Amino acid sequence: MRRKDGDAKVTGAAKYIDDLTFPGMLYGATVRSSIPRGTITARHISLPDGYTVADHRDIPGPNYVALIDPDQPCLAVDEIRHVAEPLLLVAHADKDALLHLDTRISIETRNGTPTYDPEASDVCFKKIAIDKGDLDAGFKAADVIVDGEYRTAHQEQLYIETNGVIAVPGDGRMTVYGSMQCPYYVHRALVVLLALPPDKVRVVQTETGGGFGGKEEYPSILACHAAILARKAGRPVKMIYDRVEDLLATTKRHPSIVRHRTGLTRDGRLTAMDIDVIMDGGAYATLSAVVLSRGVIHAAGPYRCDHIRIRGRAMMTHTPPNGAFRGFGAPQTLFAIEAHIDRIAEQLQIDPVRLREQNALRPGDTTATGQQLGRDASALAVLRDAVKRSRFHQKRKAWAGTNRGIGLSLFLHGSGFTGGGEVKLASKASLELTPRGARILVASTEIGQGTRTMHAQIVADALGLPYDAIDVHEADTAFVPDSGPTVASRTCMIVGKLLERCARDMRRRLGTLTPAQYYKKHGAFTVTSQYEPPPGLQWSDETYAGDAYGSYAWGCNVVELEVDPVTFDVTPLNVTAVAEIGKAIHPMMAIGQIEGGTAQGIGYALTEEVVMKDGRMANAQLTNYIIPTPLDAAPMDVGLLERPYAHGPFGAKGVGEMPIDGPAPAVINALRHCGFDIRSIPATPERLMRARLHHGFSKAGT
Amino acid sequence: MSALTLERPRSLKAALASLAADPSLMPIAGCTDVYVGLHFGTTPERRFLDLWGLKELRGIGVDGDALRIGALSTYTEIIQSTLVQQRVPMLVAASREVGGAQIQNRGTLGGNVANASPAGDTLPVLAAAGARIVLRSQSGTRTVPFDGFYTSYRNSIRTPDELVVAIEIPRLQGRQWWRKVGTRRAQAISKIMMAAVRGTDVRIGIGSVGPTVITATQAAAVLSGGGSIADAKAALLSEIRPIDDVRSTGEYRATVAANLLEQFWRET
Repeated sequence: MRRKDGDAKVTGAAKYIDDLTFPGMLYGATVRSSIPRGTITARHISLPDGYTVADHRDIPGPNYVALIDPDQPCLAVDEIRHVAEPLLLVAHADKDALLHLDTRISIETRNGTPTYDPEASDVCFKKIAIDKGDLDAGFKAADVIVDGEYRTAHQEQLYIETNGVIAVPGDGRMTVYGSMQCPYYVHRALVVLLALPPDKVRVVQTETGGGFGGKEEYPSILACHAAILARKAGRPVKMIYDRVEDLLATTKRHPSIVRHRTGLTRDGRLTAMDIDVIMDGGAYATLSAVVLSRGVIHAAGPYRCDHIRIRGRAMMTHTPPNGAFRGFGAPQTLFAIEAHIDRIAEQLQIDPVRLREQNALRPGDTTATGQQLGRDASALAVLRDAVKRSRFHQKRKAWAGTNRGIGLSLFLHGSGFTGGGEVKLASKASLELTPRGARILVASTEIGQGTRTMHAQIVADALGLPYDAIDVHEADTAFVPDSGPTVASRTCMIVGKLLERCARDMRRRLGTLTPAQYYKKHGAFTVTSQYEPPPGLQWSDETYAGDAYGSYAWGCNVVELEVDPVTFDVTPLNVTAVAEIGKAIHPMMAIGQIEGGTAQGIGYALTEEVVMKDGRMANAQLTNYIIPTPLDAAPMDVGLLERPYAHGPFGAKGVGEMPIDGPAPAVINALRHCGFDIRSIPATPERLMRARLHHGFSKAGT
Repeated sequence: MSALTLERPRSLKAALASLAADPSLMPIAGCTDVYVGLHFGTTPERRFLDLWGLKELRGIGVDGDALRIGALSTYTEIIQSTLVQQRVPMLVAASREVGGAQIQNRGTLGGNVANASPAGDTLPVLAAAGARIVLRSQSGTRTVPFDGFYTSYRNSIRTPDELVVAIEIPRLQGRQWWRKVGTRRAQAISKIMMAAVRGTDVRIGIGSVGPTVITATQAAAVLSGGGSIADAKAALLSEIRPIDDVRSTGEYRATVAANLLEQFWRET
């Protein structure tokens, strides 16, 4: 199956934002804070003619980036909360004229005292409580109680194309082109900020070089900046971040601290789980509330337990806001539970596979939020398949006492928005008849993951037409309906399902005619469908109980690795990744998602470290922020299992995010097998060395 | 930002004349680090002298008993040179680990020497090999030992009117050893690297553990004199000055430096 976006990308014909220019276009730059916290006391600007300068007074509407809470100013008024806080915007026709603005603009500030420790922060963005059963009773029934604390750090999405937009003003309208995941998020932010009616704002996604969540909310503030300048100058304004600015200013994965207290019977049955989750939100709320939500819902992992208490907090600190990143809170809490389960197995002297088998959620079991799982609950299936494929037990035994280790992780990932999110989104998708077939109209974006191809396959199959007869309209708010954001592993399961319904409606209306015959006789028509929750789905935001997701995908990772005793470098030797995703619409792309997410997870576990110094990323370069190259990522054995979900297109569930949930705990558990007691990531050679030097080795012969 | 100017001399003689007339000119060749410095604003120079076209500075050959490597020899040329492969395999190994293929095609040995970074990948090899640096100016040529070439962080005894024209490596006796410890397996800057030669005498060069590349003479003396590896490690730790930076920690570098010494001794 040929990718819809393949030819243009391979031949270089595809237009990315920096490929576009408009007559009279200016270049825009952002003047940012250089301190993590403080107050602006004076601004001195001495620029010659030819520059357009804008500040918060140039914003016609309310000065915030509309998303969830209206707390993040688009341009600072006087308060500074992080080192990349945008203070002023400057535009000029010559890009080079924007270099070294700091010699012509000076901002005086009164410095405040920053907080970087989320536990020391006195500002909480969001608190969530989940209670199931009776925790005290659960602990009373326990023979053993195991405590553990686990920490994860920032992670950068590192899409290849940096953030960039062009704002084109005119005639009381504003059009923004850019690299983004969610055109309607950008649209809403512009409508609010510019105080324009929705039909006067148009947002067009240009070909996008990766997102991973990093282009979920961030493009909104960038689009607002370009639009403010464009409005003031009366000319188009292009703003493209270079890599340093992109790394310094844009969102990262939330660092987390997760504490577990777990009660079990002597033979390893979970009786009580008490979990405390803290997420570092950075300077503004942005998406922290929903990242925390997904995090706490996944915090008990794929396990059944009658008595669970989960408490979550997202706290403010004085670093640039943390935000969406593939997995969205789940990789943090799944890291904690999966590392913890291995510590429990160790303490109870139970085989880690056996412990997981015993407690894994089965069809009919209920999750922490009380959601009863359907027949597609596949924890045992993925676990058994991965253990068998990897010959886990043979290797575990053979490598004991050597510098080779093997570890595993078991996980689940909810597909689509959390709780009542999909009902609130009320997404729409449309399908338009064309002379040769049909054209898909959705706001879902192609960001390299295969949206256009996968949607076209679903429509072609449901219409009974060849794949090549299906076209996909670009994600342009002037033409496509709001299908919701391209996030949360929802593009296939939710939007794909809407398209399947459109296609079946269209098929009925065509009757026995081909599209060409119908078109000739009656002309074009468009069918639209809107999200409706599957029957019986219930959720309460007040009690945080009910059906948190329409369905879950399930995964198991086995990581084999070797530690170099001279340098403490870790070489992943092999990763087995088994995923149950309902139905793989395009198996090769699904496997690609799993391989890519697994490599990104290996980076999260071992090398990717955002070095923060006084609230600023000190290693904001590709040279020093270390993502894995092909030589660093392990060979992978991917297994796909399919247990169809009744309400997904052809049974499909989500696949995009889940692959990054499992590698980090599997790596840490493999390192534990080698004798390294690591409870925070990234497990850099420097940390492994400290673990060796200061805690010694817990097993003989290494 | 002031404009950049570039001079492109047609001969070495012309290059030396330009340099004599204006010692503020920065000689450049492959530019693999210069571009990075310009982009980040850490290269203050604005006037450049492009040596890339000077044939006199190319070529790898034997001069008397020494191997003479022209300053403009690229890593790729070094990797492909039979002479270097036979005489200094550790230099081939080090060159293979510099950046990726594009960097190896542009980056030069003379540039690595003149750039004077303590993380320069080939520098520990030159230290362990007892190399000599050939410098030339309008007033003549001088050949200086690589030991002592650097005076402090990113500074050397090269005067502003001099060019590095060649690197000479004497015939080496004994087994050569090289290891780079980077932040990942490719496209990595060194956290620490060690080159060593085990013949009748032992010579050890070590990088990224001090303001300049370090020739570990004391550790080498312990090993040459039949001392224990524990004593050699202790001597090494007294010779290096590793620090914390965004890539690693001083503690890690010290521990791994000692581990590398032991690995070298075990494997040769």
